[in-house]
Amino acid sequence: MAHMDWKMDRRALLRTAGALGASAGLARAWAAGEAPDALVGRLSSEVLDAVRKDPQIKAGDVHRIVALVDKIILPHLDFKRMTAASVGPGWRKATPEQQQRLQDEFKQLLVRTYAGALAEVSDLTIVVKPLRAAPADTDVLVRTEVRGRGDPIQLDYRLAQKPGEAWKIYNINVMGVWLVETYRSQFAAEINAKGVDGLIEALVARNKANAAGK
Amino acid sequence: MKKNKLRWHGGLRGGRWLAAAALCLAVAGCATGPGAHPQDPLEPYNRAMTQFNDGVDKVVMTPVATVYKNVLPWPVRAGIGNFFANLGDLWSFVNNVLQARGQAAADSLARFGINSFIGIGGLFDVASEANIPRHKQDFGLTLGHWGVPTGPYLVLPLFGPSTLRDTVALPADTWGDLAWHARPVSTRNSLYGLRVVDRRASLLGVTGVRDAAALDPYTFTRDVYLGVRGDAADKAGSDDDGKLPEDD
Repeated sequence: MAHMDWKMDRRALLRTAGALGASAGLARAWAAGEAPDALVGRLSSEVLDAVRKDPQIKAGDVHRIVALVDKIILPHLDFKRMTAASVGPGWRKATPEQQQRLQDEFKQLLVRTYAGALAEVSDLTIVVKPLRAAPADTDVLVRTEVRGRGDPIQLDYRLAQKPGEAWKIYNINVMGVWLVETYRSQFAAEINAKGVDGLIEALVARNKANAAGK
Repeated sequence: MKKNKLRWHGGLRGGRWLAAAALCLAVAGCATGPGAHPQDPLEPYNRAMTQFNDGVDKVVMTPVATVYKNVLPWPVRAGIGNFFANLGDLWSFVNNVLQARGQAAADSLARFGINSFIGIGGLFDVASEANIPRHKQDFGLTLGHWGVPTGPYLVLPLFGPSTLRDTVALPADTWGDLAWHARPVSTRNSLYGLRVVDRRASLLGVTGVRDAAALDPYTFTRDVYLGVRGDAADKAGSDDDGKLPEDD
């Protein structure tokens, strides 16, 4: 199977970049035109490398992982779109303040969950599968496989690109289940019962419980 | 974690549990109202059974699995997990054939052959090292592939999340499990016990993440289960999976 191991590719790329003496400016320009599968591969290996190198993370310090995820992953997420899609029809009816709070709390919940999952794992490699998309596509599916202990775990990303902007992740699939779809029904139950404010309260409560638990 | 791990195969006879489940269904009411999930008309019963299962899990399974995980070093647990996964590959082969999935069937049979002989009875997963992927299947998924709808979501005593279709498939899946045919019966029961504990141990981290991620762990588990076992799962693989309309 023609899998690309981006960890290796990135190393080779870094060597080449070093040899050419590429400036930081050039590197940024290259990142802006980065292909979606390359972006996912780069982010994956940056997170795994950082986890590997950080003894505090290995000791289970979730705050460190949260900071890491904030720094590496969040700039590449279209978080507003993820939240809007998860909230569903209630999003348009929410005030800008409510929308901001929903985004902030949902972000905290997801980063925490992701950090918790990362803390559980060790000795992982992520393999990015060949991209099946046309060069002109602005909405693509990048499939990856997390390999470690036990069976490989499917981890797929949906990315979109607006004209002149970098690719951004707006939906994630873990083991066959799409994140937005899953949270849409979680959120709908709260909104139907107690409205948008009820959903915000439920998210706040969940985040508080998570913070207290670790 | 793969799809099938969401369901436990306990150490009790399928038929007895089917009867118990039918009885529970008969006495349980049906959920209606605006909040009801169309695939979960038995929500009140399911929630009660989930509570029961979670209680058993908390008092018995989690402590036993935690000790198991702490006592046995990873290579030993890896061997045990590989051994049972290898038994599963044979039944996956049969179901891949029933679903006319040629490559998946060939891979499954190759895996079983390679791991049974070169991998010393399945203790080592040599086939994965050789990049022969696992294609897990069971009779519930085969029924689904043949067009049988999942039916209502159904939480079984001790087994946990299931659907009516997967429950109907349970006797076939029990029979297709090589451990079921192990004799004497005490050996079979030991294998069942070991497998259940090993599975629970491998899922210790997963349940923690689930509880942190979910607003309502019951609906979260249900939706994930229906997502990985449902009709959509059978058709998954399109490049449009997970696509959202632009103006969402």
